[in-house]
Amino acid sequence: MKKICLSVIGLFCLFLSAFSQSDASYHNQTLQVDEINLVSGYYNQTGDHSAVTGGIGSEKLNDVSNVIDLQFVKWNDRNNKYNLGFELGVDHHTSASQAYVSATGASRNWGLRVYPSVNWNMEKSNGIILGFGAAYSHEYNYTSNNLNFEIGKISKNKNTEINFRGSAFFDYVKMLEPSELRPKTVVTPGVTYTTASGNVISGDGESQGPHIPSSPRNTYAGSLTLSQVVTKNFQGELIVDGIAQKGFLSLPFHRVYFNDYDSAKIENLPDTRFKFPIGIRLNYFSGDHIIFRMYYRYYEDSWGIKAHTASIEVPYKISPFFSISPFYRYYEQSASSYFAPYGQHSINDAYYTSNYEFSSFSSQYMGINIKITPKRGIFHVPAFNTLEIRYGRYSQTTGLQANNIAIDFKFK
Amino acid sequence: MKKMKLLLLLPLLLSFMASCAPVKEYQKNKINDAEMVLGARKVEKPESNFQSYREGASGANGGKVGGGCGCN
Repeated sequence: MKKICLSVIGLFCLFLSAFSQSDASYHNQTLQVDEINLVSGYYNQTGDHSAVTGGIGSEKLNDVSNVIDLQFVKWNDRNNKYNLGFELGVDHHTSASQAYVSATGASRNWGLRVYPSVNWNMEKSNGIILGFGAAYSHEYNYTSNNLNFEIGKISKNKNTEINFRGSAFFDYVKMLEPSELRPKTVVTPGVTYTTASGNVISGDGESQGPHIPSSPRNTYAGSLTLSQVVTKNFQGELIVDGIAQKGFLSLPFHRVYFNDYDSAKIENLPDTRFKFPIGIRLNYFSGDHIIFRMYYRYYEDSWGIKAHTASIEVPYKISPFFSISPFYRYYEQSASSYFAPYGQHSINDAYYTSNYEFSSFSSQYMGINIKITPKRGIFHVPAFNTLEIRYGRYSQTTGLQANNIAIDFKFK
Repeated sequence: MKKMKLLLLLPLLLSFMASCAPVKEYQKNKINDAEMVLGARKVEKPESNFQSYREGASGANGGKVGGGCGCN
C-alpha cells in the first residue's frame, strides 16, 4: 500500500514538473526562433491579350519565386508576447510581351524583383495588440516602399478579436514607354538628350548612362477584421477594406490602338482609384476528419469594376499528420468603364486601356494541397516540422491559362 | 439596393456570431487545428499575388493591396 501511495505521489510530482517545464519554455523571456518558412513557387501562363501590344499578342510568362520568412518570439515578465518577423523574397520572371516594349521585340524579356520586409508586434496579456512593419520592393521598372501598423484587441475568453491595420505604399513607376512612342529628340551640339533606350547622351555623343524618369503612385489602405469563435468547431471572420490610390496608375509600356487613329498611345487611366472589398471567411470542422474552409468577397471600385469571389477548400485529415485538400475558387468581374479591346477605343475617349485585367470575365482556379506533419519531423529531422505542396490550375474566360505550384518547408 | 441589403445583413451576421455561447479554452482542440486557421497560409501567398495581378479586384483577403510588380 505504501509503495502504491509513493508511486501515486511520485507520478503526481512528475506531472506537476512536466507542466511547470512546458509553462517555463512557453513563456521564454529570451528572443527565440519560433518558425522559419521557406516558400518556393513556380507560375506559368499563356494567353493572347497582352496589354504591352494593345490587347493582342502573347501573354506567355514564367515566374519563379523564393521567400524566406523568419519569425522570432519572446515573452516578458508581465506575460506580454513579442513577435518579430523578417522576410526576404526574390522573384525571377521571363515574359514574351516584355520584349515588345521595344517595337522590334528586342527589349529584355526577363526581370528580377527583390522584396525584404520586417514586422514587429506585441500581444499584451490584457489582449491589446500593437504592431508596426516596413517593406520594400524593387524591380527594374517599379519600386515600392511600405509602412504599416496594426492595433487590435482579443476578448478575455479569446473568442473574439478585432483588428485594424493601416498601410501606406509610396511607389515609383519608371516611365519606360514603348520605343516608337518615346519623345523624339534632335541632336544639337552641346545639348543633352535621351535616346529611345533611355540613355542620356550629350550633344558631343558621349553617353552618360541610363536615366528614365519615374512617376509616383501612392496607396493608402485600411483593413478592419473581426474574428469570432462561434462554436467549438466553427469560426469565422469579417474583413472590410478601404483602399485609396493616387498618382500614376497606368503602366507606361501598355499600348492602346484606336478605331480611327493609325498609331498607338500609351494607356491613360485616372490618377485616383478607390477600392471597397468586403470579405467573409468561415471555417467548419465536421466530424474528426473533414474541414470546410469557405470564403466570399464582394468588391467594387471607382473605375466601375464589380466583382464576386467565392472559394472552398476541404482539407481531409487522413491521419493527424497527413491531410489532403482539394480546393476550388470562382471569380467574376464586370468591366471597367475605361476598358475596350484592341482597336475599339475612340481617340476622343478621356481614359483608355486595353489591359484585360479591366475587362469583363470570369475565372476558375482549382487544385490540391497536400500537407505532411510527421510526429518526428520530415526525414526524422525534428525541427523540419511541416512540408506543404500546393498545385492549382487557373483559367480565365479571356483565354488566359495558368499553372501554379508552391511548396512550403516549415521549420519550428 | 443590393448594397443596402448587404449592409443590413452584416450587422445581423455579426450579432449572430457574437451571441453564441462562449467556447472554453479546453474545448478548442478543433479550433486550434492548423487547418482551421483564419486567413491565408504561407503556401497560398504566390497564388494570391498572381490573382491580384491578373484580376481587377484585390483586398479583403489578407493579401496584397498595393506595391510591387510593374507587371507585363
